Amino acid sequence: MWGFYFEQLVQSVPFFLKGLWMTVAVSGSSLVAGTVLGFVWGVIRAGRGKVLKRIIGAWVDLIRGTPFLVQVFIFFFILPEAGIQLEAFPASVIALTNLSACFICEIVAGGIQSIPSGQREAATASGLSSYHQLRYIILPQAMRIILPPLVGQYVLLVKDSSVVSAIGVTDVTRVGWLTVQRIPEGIMVFGLVGILYFVICYPLIRLSNTLEKRMTVVTTKL
Amino acid sequence: MLETFNFRVIFEYLPFYWKCFFATLWLSGGSLLGALVLGVIACAMRLSESRIISRVAGVYIESIRSTPLLAQLYFFYFGLPSLGIRMPEEATGILALTLNSGAYMAEIIRAGVQSISYGQIEAAMSSGLSYLQRMRYIVLPQALGVSIPPMLGQAIVLVKDSALLSLISIVELTRAGQILTSERFMPAEGFLTTAVFYLIIYYILKAFSHWSQKRLIFRGA
Repeated sequence: MWGFYFEQLVQSVPFFLKGLWMTVAVSGSSLVAGTVLGFVWGVIRAGRGKVLKRIIGAWVDLIRGTPFLVQVFIFFFILPEAGIQLEAFPASVIALTNLSACFICEIVAGGIQSIPSGQREAATASGLSSYHQLRYIILPQAMRIILPPLVGQYVLLVKDSSVVSAIGVTDVTRVGWLTVQRIPEGIMVFGLVGILYFVICYPLIRLSNTLEKRMTVVTTKL
Repeated sequence: MLETFNFRVIFEYLPFYWKCFFATLWLSGGSLLGALVLGVIACAMRLSESRIISRVAGVYIESIRSTPLLAQLYFFYFGLPSLGIRMPEEATGILALTLNSGAYMAEIIRAGVQSISYGQIEAAMSSGLSYLQRMRYIVLPQALGVSIPPMLGQAIVLVKDSALLSLISIVELTRAGQILTSERFMPAEGFLTTAVFYLIIYYILKAFSHWSQKRLIFRGA
């Protein structure tokens, strides 16, 4: 029996690869958009504008305090009530972008705040504009602190993307769920799903660890 | 959207939400306890002298960390029956959450123990402290001080992760939102109420985390 199901599973591998492509599409587009948005929010949050800072801080708290599944449901079911009709795919990309932007915002703000204020003062004294300070003095140094957790965040993003299967996006998890209705060998089917995620996430985890080691060495040298 | 927000329905469902709130609490509380125990064991194995034991713990930790919880949850939910093991959904859910969080706990505890420089232990030895005294006065206060804030962070993650249990038809907070949505067609009322309940837990744990950071780290330093 086991062999029979195994053969069936091998036959549905193309279906799984399609799902993998969907996972990559959802998490890839959220990764790019979330990074850009997260950096913008992070710079504002570490800056001097009090009101914007508070608003972003409160929003980040709301997102960090609720499960991603609930956020997906809110984006998917509630936005239509406000007149914004969304398909499952854009709804999940928006939800995932927002989630990763909130976490990246905290990472970026933390990195910027860790730069001693003397650096900024020296840059101001040298006559650099705020933009040039950020571009040439603050961010290059902050990147050392930002980069390792940022890559770690990307791992979380890929893993969190599995949640969007709940609203019917056919990513790897959803494909596994559909397949297990046909091939009742959960260990085999979700073992395969796990392997596919592992293939994406494990290299990223290793990259994050390597970056962490490298960046720390640079710090101690300074 | 807001002008049609129906508070009457929320009040009608409030007792149900409270019940689900406590379901979320005990599901994640139980998993948290299990994860702490499992984390200590996995961490001890990871730091073990024996290569094989350390490798086993390493494989467990890495494979949990590089796959999503939802895939793990389905793995147990669909996989255990095909092995002939039948148990209630709640048990499957707690099992998956415990195994998932245990791996993260192990890493947190390991970071805490390894943050203590060996020089301190040498200094304690040369001051004539016994193994137990070294643990009691030197290693554990500092290791705990370092790892309690991230542990509370993991507890927050665990509570949020327990939302996924609704997908294997366990009745908890997120499921409550789904039920209200399907019975009354009111997703806004349903899921925003759910979100408020999660935020209550989040803000309490966050305040506790801030407090512990102040208390424990200064005492350790």
